[in-house]
Amino acid sequence: MIFVALLVTGVTAATSLVIAAMGENMLYFYSPSQIRAGEAPSGSSIRVGGLVVDGSVQRGEGLEISFALTDGAATVDVSYAGILPDLFREGQGIIASGVLNAGARLQAEEVLAKHDENYMPPEVAEAMEAAKRSGAMAPHGSMRQ
Amino acid sequence: MIGELGHLALILAFLVASIQGVVPLLGAWRRVPAWMAVAVSAARAQFLLMGISYLCLTWTFVVSDFSVSYVALNSNTALPLVYKISAVWGAHEGSMLLWATVLAGWGFAVAVFSTSLHAAFRARVLAVIALVSVGFQLFLLLTSNPFERLLPAPMEGRDLNPLLQDPGMAAHPPMLYMGYVGLVVPFAFAVAALIEGRIDLAWTRWTRPWTTVAWAFLTSGIMLGSWWAYSELGWGGWWFWDPVENASFMPWLVATALIHSLAVTEQRGAFRAWTILLAISGFSLSLLGAFLVRSGVLVSVHAFATDPARGLFILAFLIVVIGSALVLYAWRAARLAGGGEFDVCSRETFLLANNVLLVATSATVLLGTLYPLLLDALDAGKISVGPPYFDAVFVPLMLPLAALLGFAPLARWKKDGWRRLWAKLRLPLLVVVLASLALAFGTPASWAMAAGTGFALWIAAGVVLGLRDRLRHRHGASVRRALGRGFIGMSLAHLGAGVFIAGVTWTTGAGVERDVRLAPGESVEVSGYSFRFDGVAVHPGPNYRAVRGTVQVLRDGEPYSVLHPEKRTYLVQEEPMTEAAVDPGFTRDLYVALGEPVGTEGAWTMRVQYKPLVRWIWLGPLMMAIGGLLAAADRRYRPLARPVRAAAPAADKARAWG
Repeated sequence: MIFVALLVTGVTAATSLVIAAMGENMLYFYSPSQIRAGEAPSGSSIRVGGLVVDGSVQRGEGLEISFALTDGAATVDVSYAGILPDLFREGQGIIASGVLNAGARLQAEEVLAKHDENYMPPEVAEAMEAAKRSGAMAPHGSMRQ
Repeated sequence: MIGELGHLALILAFLVASIQGVVPLLGAWRRVPAWMAVAVSAARAQFLLMGISYLCLTWTFVVSDFSVSYVALNSNTALPLVYKISAVWGAHEGSMLLWATVLAGWGFAVAVFSTSLHAAFRARVLAVIALVSVGFQLFLLLTSNPFERLLPAPMEGRDLNPLLQDPGMAAHPPMLYMGYVGLVVPFAFAVAALIEGRIDLAWTRWTRPWTTVAWAFLTSGIMLGSWWAYSELGWGGWWFWDPVENASFMPWLVATALIHSLAVTEQRGAFRAWTILLAISGFSLSLLGAFLVRSGVLVSVHAFATDPARGLFILAFLIVVIGSALVLYAWRAARLAGGGEFDVCSRETFLLANNVLLVATSATVLLGTLYPLLLDALDAGKISVGPPYFDAVFVPLMLPLAALLGFAPLARWKKDGWRRLWAKLRLPLLVVVLASLALAFGTPASWAMAAGTGFALWIAAGVVLGLRDRLRHRHGASVRRALGRGFIGMSLAHLGAGVFIAGVTWTTGAGVERDVRLAPGESVEVSGYSFRFDGVAVHPGPNYRAVRGTVQVLRDGEPYSVLHPEKRTYLVQEEPMTEAAVDPGFTRDLYVALGEPVGTEGAWTMRVQYKPLVRWIWLGPLMMAIGGLLAAADRRYRPLARPVRAAAPAADKARAWG
């Protein structure tokens, strides 16, 4: 009896915690095309992935930096203040998470790039594929997943 | 030549393991002693062969034989020797070979130390371990052969991933695998017990130390991984809730539940079926971890290759192993029921609560890890479940566990009185609460920090009370008898949990992290320390070139320490790497990492951190691991001390739990 009662209590508590935590803390991924099409919510946190557009990286005062992300079909401007990962550079596939502001510019809280030169985050690779399939893709260098 | 020898040894090991997995099982079933005896010699031969195979691969790394494709991809002539040796497990094939070798090693250890088990049981345990071995050896041979040749051989290798060129990384995988794979022993004991349809005292006496040792390795493996991430991933975090970290943490949580449930089964005979289920779950989660990491389902620094054949193989293997173990459980578990009755207020109930909390935590971590994969597989959107989710579910489940940890070890088996416990605990509780309140109101510490510190103190108070209980009215030699290694080990491990909680509380709550941009000569003030940037210089390394910064730390205007953070570029892979500089200390770490050069006057972005008690985050698990090893070395588990019990199952029943 004790066994069952404790088990039920534990499971109930854990389930309610999970439901509450899932609701608040999931980040959805959007490609630049989806953001351009207005599919992404503004005001809540999302993840965006793409290649850093060549020549788009601009440093401001202090730690401010801005750059553009592309999936080949559309681009999104990103602002960030902080230290960038080692592998951040133009042409590299990266993921930024943050909140879209009114001008559909992403105010990033975190920028991720992976430690492998050939690595492209799978979401980014797929977003590029999708953009390519829709026919809008400009020619771009070879990409490895 | 050496490569082929290693390959041949692997094939032979596979054949030996196949025999070891089948013949002893048949022997135990048909009662043929000679067939059963095959298990022991086969386990020895299998380990020898796997050892040879492993050493062969290591040798090809040491001599830089780039005609072996795996060596060419993961080594380089300029790589320091110690990293050549650790590069063996630097990528997929080699780490699977290490896994299989460690597995054979555990089988060998069981064969050597299990002489007092009765023959049929021993044969079954060794056969189950061998069947798991067969799966992994087949996996190596079919999909991940580390000895594959690359002809013509390249002149130079592609070098080891720079991230893995670190002392923490050299030790982390072997330790972790010892733990991961060590859970095969309780698994095999559980499956063998299910086949026999019987669990007796000898069974728990046997399973408990093996489980505790595997758990201790797993604990230290995870700890080393965290330490490595802290110093090598560059940014001072010590746990990221990365799916791969979760893959090692889930079996740890279940193994922790298992060692506690085994305590009940050993002392009181209760929770038998539950213990068996935990033993099966623990190893199943290890296998799941292997699947997640090796299949490329997760993409992270650990997922070396994306090869669907590998993923499919492990998934099929996973289903066969877990599925058959669970079917066996469903069929036989009813026979295992029984055990002593217990009151609501008793140590059994508290340990049960511990188990419920640990298993629930493991389930929430599992859900958070698999849910994004599931949604993606169903094409229902791409989500990521990050640290906020895990923090939100983990902390509320761990707090009651920490509260329980303070007093549960003081409770009596079977039946205790709330009143007796309250009388014992009210004074320490008052002290802890007052101390926390003083911290919350008398210092800038936040409520969360006061609470965390309170929990840590509460656990420490429980350990002290437990020691006092044990030593009351004892003098001289009887003190030593009262303090068996089991008890000391438990106290040390529990204290380690308190130390860990204190470390996490203070690092998270009082740590300071500043991202700044500094030109040479400029300083930044962090927590009473002044960090002055004195510029950078080029600094060559054996297989990289570094830009090395100099940061002078001053305290009250006096020079305090000098830090040299580096930005390295490894020559072969042309990969930039941040090498943080740390001034370590028992009470705090000072941490500086270089970002990138900005502007024209030699300025750099950098992250400067003050991390109070961060070492305690690793000291705690270290204490847990040492405590585990001590407990496993307790007198009552020595094989020679109890040969009769294990050898005479009939007598055992008569002495079964009261």
